[in-house]
Amino acid sequence: MNEMKLYIPARSENEVFARNVVAAFALPLNPTLSELSDVKTAVSEAVTNCIVHGYRDREGEIQITCRTEGRRLHIEISDSGRGIGDVEQALQPFFTTLEDEERSGMGFTIMQTFMDEFSVRSKPNEGTTVTMTKCFAPEADGDADAR
Amino acid sequence: MRMQGDRRGDNLYIYLFGELDEHNVSEMREQADRLIDENASSTRAVFDLAGVKFMDSTGIGFLIGRYKRLKRYGMAMYLENPDAGADKVLSLSGIYTLMPKI
Repeated sequence: MNEMKLYIPARSENEVFARNVVAAFALPLNPTLSELSDVKTAVSEAVTNCIVHGYRDREGEIQITCRTEGRRLHIEISDSGRGIGDVEQALQPFFTTLEDEERSGMGFTIMQTFMDEFSVRSKPNEGTTVTMTKCFAPEADGDADAR
Repeated sequence: MRMQGDRRGDNLYIYLFGELDEHNVSEMREQADRLIDENASSTRAVFDLAGVKFMDSTGIGFLIGRYKRLKRYGMAMYLENPDAGADKVLSLSGIYTLMPKI
């Protein structure tokens, strides 16, 4: 078991840093490139949500906690921003509150699809926490080069 | 540079480079729209994603935005060479029904 916590200001320039840090943290578990790509994409979606929706137009902090447990990677990403009034609605594919900004409304759908477990809890004016888990496939013996 | 345009006959090829996320998207939007406006007499635009090393759902929004702009000029849009990661995001969104992968 291993654990890490990362606190970053909610700025879009930190998105690439956040997803690469989580990927680097997962590397000792020897995930496949495809599994790693899924994790990076899901993290990028969650961090983008904190910046674009949680802290819209203001400064704030994003907390990222990661924990490994066997071949499972647990990730929790939180902001203390505006929160989501109707989580059920926000989870619908293609739903977006920002129609004018070329938003796809696919962020939560991607997190749900690319990760094995996913949940979101949110309170208006308090913030949002996304929790997700990726279960990496068992490592094949003597197959290190193919991974 | 995040983008390069290449006009070949009636086709406008737009090559994208780098990571397509919230941080880079506004610059890419400006560059793509400039290329589209300058080549509005083309019949179709092909976005080549071979140089895109990462893409999240911001990329879907970006591509749909360009699709709408192209449509105003009567131009069709196509995608080519997404890597496995980008292809997974694009397939999930159903975007290939609007802009086929060639």
